[in-house]
Amino acid sequence: MAEDSARRGKTTEKGRKGIGRREVLKGLASVPVLGLFAYGLLKKRSLDELRRKEILSELGLGEAPAVLPKTTGKKAGELIRLGIIGFGGRGEDLIRAAGFAHPDWVESKRKDAQQNKLDKWLEDWLKQEDLNVALTAVCDVFDVRAERGLAASKNEVRPGGPPLTAAKRYRHYQELLASKDVDAVIIATPDHWHAQMAIDAAEAGKHVYLEKCMTRTEEEVYRLHQAITRSGVVFQLGHQNRQQETHAKAREIVQKGLLGPITLVETTTNRNSPGGAWVYEIHKDGSPQTIDWEQFQGPAPHKVPFSLERFFRWRCWFDYGTGLSGDLLSHEYDAVNQILDLGIPHSAVASGGIYFYKDGRDVPDVFHVVFEYPERNLTLIYSATLASNRNRGKVFMGHDAAMEVGGVLTVTVDWESTRFKKKLEQGIIDPSLPLFTYHPGAKGLDAVTSASEQYFASRGLLYTYREGKRVDVTHLHIKEWLDCIRNGGQPSCNIERGFEEAITCHMATKSYLEGRKVYWDPVKRRIV
Amino acid sequence: MAQHTSQRERMTCSGWQLGVLVALRILIGWHFLYEGVAKLLNPYWSSSGYLLEAKGFLAGFFTSIVANPTALRIVDWLNIYGLIAIGLGLILGCLTRPAAIAGAVLLLLYYLCNPPMVGFKYSAPSEGSYLIVNKNLIEFCALVLLALFPTGRIIGLDRLLFGPPRSFDPQHA
Repeated sequence: MAEDSARRGKTTEKGRKGIGRREVLKGLASVPVLGLFAYGLLKKRSLDELRRKEILSELGLGEAPAVLPKTTGKKAGELIRLGIIGFGGRGEDLIRAAGFAHPDWVESKRKDAQQNKLDKWLEDWLKQEDLNVALTAVCDVFDVRAERGLAASKNEVRPGGPPLTAAKRYRHYQELLASKDVDAVIIATPDHWHAQMAIDAAEAGKHVYLEKCMTRTEEEVYRLHQAITRSGVVFQLGHQNRQQETHAKAREIVQKGLLGPITLVETTTNRNSPGGAWVYEIHKDGSPQTIDWEQFQGPAPHKVPFSLERFFRWRCWFDYGTGLSGDLLSHEYDAVNQILDLGIPHSAVASGGIYFYKDGRDVPDVFHVVFEYPERNLTLIYSATLASNRNRGKVFMGHDAAMEVGGVLTVTVDWESTRFKKKLEQGIIDPSLPLFTYHPGAKGLDAVTSASEQYFASRGLLYTYREGKRVDVTHLHIKEWLDCIRNGGQPSCNIERGFEEAITCHMATKSYLEGRKVYWDPVKRRIV
Repeated sequence: MAQHTSQRERMTCSGWQLGVLVALRILIGWHFLYEGVAKLLNPYWSSSGYLLEAKGFLAGFFTSIVANPTALRIVDWLNIYGLIAIGLGLILGCLTRPAAIAGAVLLLLYYLCNPPMVGFKYSAPSEGSYLIVNKNLIEFCALVLLALFPTGRIIGLDRLLFGPPRSFDPQHA
């Protein structure tokens, strides 16, 4: 013990007197390192803070979330009775967003949640706001789907408690539109039926929620626009990403002129799976006995004998849709239109081909289109392939900064920017790092499962955030439509935005099919 | 202290050897302290992203933490303050051996959560991997070394708290 204590410092044989100077110095030798650390940290913090303040004042941009309508509030006013025409995959999504899920979906999501505690699909859905609607009418030409619609309308597991009423099946959409039990219809059929059904619904005085693409042909756009405008019904086109918080923030950033003059916008769609290329599963119960083939074909330009492939994979043929143009370009264009208020382009040139899915389809699986907006000094490019998952983002290229918009939004300053020249020289802005990153619900955890769900989540098309809560954008889009029906006003994707979307998509299709550059004549209001 | 002295505490080393060991201890301590403080100052930081990426035989354990909000909060708290405490301990040479062991355990958990094995892919870029070996593993070994040679009793607060090691000759320090 004496030997041990002797080593501590100045000691005598009588014992320890205290710790010597030399001992203290050795004991505290590394303390100055902490001073150096604290100095470095404070310096870094103050530089970061300075940089942040300088940037935010330069931008005039708040850090707060984009200003969007609240989802919570009083229960909606009077009950609205909904009818659905077309209860396929998308029809089910829309009706679920309105509050009615098929029991099989609830069960499968319950199992998913049991297996993976991070899976919050069912939990989020059950927390969804009750929109005070009843699903009273279902019309589908395929018996299996119609039955699924009826089952969804009766499912007692739903946000806001059990449904008030069960739906009735209608074999023909005209019968559904004639029903007094329907106030508003959701149309989620193949595109070749969109215009006629929406026109008939408007003439029957029913409010319309119509899936994109708004029409299959140019001529239908004018007829539908006229019918909706004349009828005064509330019309919403199904571009649910109008509700995306990142898109609202992107609009705010552009309006503040942060990006400088934008000369090029690049949008893309890449998918690499049969499902993504519309090779959907053919239902085992599909047959001429269970499918009303004649009604399905309806206004399709070419009548063909019964075909399960054409029924279930209709997007692969121009007879029923327009392929990438009306399906996915439509979403991309509408997002850019939402952010930039672009309107109809001056011209369009499209190209592409069937390069991978040589399965009998006649729509291209690789497709590109260049839209010119000379009055805006801007070109919009859309480029797509259905045989690669390469992520290429939705990019807005400005002289001063570039912005990429998806589930997350980033803004990166251009190193040759004029606006930010001084701050770049001062080293306040680093062009190798994003100037601004906006990630709604950054602390939330997303557990998306299937490949297509992951695709949509990465594009920011499934969910957005309201007051920290993850919400289905389709639910918000339907809610907006219902709010306008009850309280007046125009939904965000009304008939005017729909007109712009449809004409733009048809310019791309026409250019591809005719192999030439096409133009929009704003006086005659025609594609030439 | 005599009863605590053991073979392991009998350190004999040259001034250069000691200097390098202390420098290693301070550098690792600095790294831990920085990681802890950076997380403390970032209101959006959470271990959830790292845990959700878990691969290997402990993946189920790590992802189950994320599924439980209370467990996740505890893990986040332990990470932040654990890193800070370990960093301070190593820099100051205070409770050097416990700090080194705790740091090694933490690094081993990080390593096991996201092991750089062939066939494992992570969405977040890693800090570098050299086929099974990565920086976490190297730093883990360095901390094991520091736990075996706890220099805090030579240069550090441990010297004032517990005295220098038994066989240490102050003439050479």
